[in-house]
Amino acid sequence: MDFLSADEWAVVALSLKVSGVAIMLVLPVSFAIAWVLERTRLPGKIFLDALVHLPLVLPPVVTGWGLLLLFGNNGPAGRFLADMLGITLMFRWTGAALAAGVMALPLMVRAIRLSLEGIDQRFEVAARTLGASRWKTFRSITLPLAMPGVLAALVLGFARSIGEFGATITFVSNVPEETRTLPLAIYTALQVPGGESTVTRLALVSIALSLAALVASEWLVRRGRQGESGHVL
Amino acid sequence: MSFDVDVSVRRAGRDIAVQFASDARVVALFGASGVGKTSTLEMIAGLLQPDRGHITIAGKTLFDKEAGINLLPEQRACGYVFQDGRLFPHLTVRDNLLYGWKLAPEHRRSLALDVAVGFLGIEHLLHRMPRTLSGGEAQRVAIGRTLLAGPRFLLMDEPLSSLDASRRDGIMRLIERIRDELSIPIIYVSHDRAEVERLAGCVIELD
Repeated sequence: MDFLSADEWAVVALSLKVSGVAIMLVLPVSFAIAWVLERTRLPGKIFLDALVHLPLVLPPVVTGWGLLLLFGNNGPAGRFLADMLGITLMFRWTGAALAAGVMALPLMVRAIRLSLEGIDQRFEVAARTLGASRWKTFRSITLPLAMPGVLAALVLGFARSIGEFGATITFVSNVPEETRTLPLAIYTALQVPGGESTVTRLALVSIALSLAALVASEWLVRRGRQGESGHVL
Repeated sequence: MSFDVDVSVRRAGRDIAVQFASDARVVALFGASGVGKTSTLEMIAGLLQPDRGHITIAGKTLFDKEAGINLLPEQRACGYVFQDGRLFPHLTVRDNLLYGWKLAPEHRRSLALDVAVGFLGIEHLLHRMPRTLSGGEAQRVAIGRTLLAGPRFLLMDEPLSSLDASRRDGIMRLIERIRDELSIPIIYVSHDRAEVERLAGCVIELD
């Protein structure tokens, strides 16, 4: 492929890896949080809701700094991961994935929560009367009906992760081939005289990926709405 | 005794109390909207826990406050036919019909899919999605799904109320056939006196 150089392809591949891992890690967490917020009467839910949405409104640098305090080499979570599991996040692509995942979390929780909210719980009741346990009802009714929202969450989360900059550079710095994802590579190229052509190419790739994700997300949401007609008689 | 029900519950600031015992094949709960007919069915199905009392149907105790018995909805083997059908929108008619059948233990699978489909006259609908069905078709499928799950008794919550007059008679005749040919005890809820008198051997008026 002539459009991108080998180094630029490596940046795109790293970005895809970081974002892919980020959203797959965050998906179950997002679903669990969305479920708690939508389906339980947990006291203090409003604080959980606020906490989850914090990365959406905080300066990303502050989120990155928070990650540094928590998951840095001297942070409590960072020490735990290093001692118990041998995982180091500092200056590593895994740290970039964590930063991207945290920034994607609010969007993913929102998308899943909306889809859970849209599920008519009378279907779940019907399943119980037909002999399904709670778990079977969840797997065979709730999850398939929430699937368009889950897919939309994945796509939106992916798009958000691909664009992640502030928290990543604060938390895991700008290490070539390790944490230098698309936005960081564009930023780096902007600092270098004669880097404009690289900036243009990588920016075009970013635009294409983001547009594709948004179109896919909108398509999934529409498909989900179509599936909802025909709930009742 | 097919039905022995004596329960009460406080719901939305109102007391609902129902007591009846009957050997009739069809017991009708009759009364105006809001008197607690659906709440009674929900208590029998295990979807709403009574504050006191007991529920025994066809010789099996489903709930007994004093004895500490409270079976989960899926353990009660009740066939609940809802007012609004509630066909699962993401499954074909065939998969809807087989949903409870697949979950039922072998000894309760007394009805085969082709027999049920023939009985209900829905052979031509099997590969359709629920949103493409008319009201009458959807209610037939909902009844079929319930029968195939091998229920020990049926709870029917105004199954005709969302249908137009021309479809009602067809479903009514179907319910009469279930009563006469399948011999499953039925609790039938309605606010229509003519319906109730046509179907039921025992009418409980709620107020």
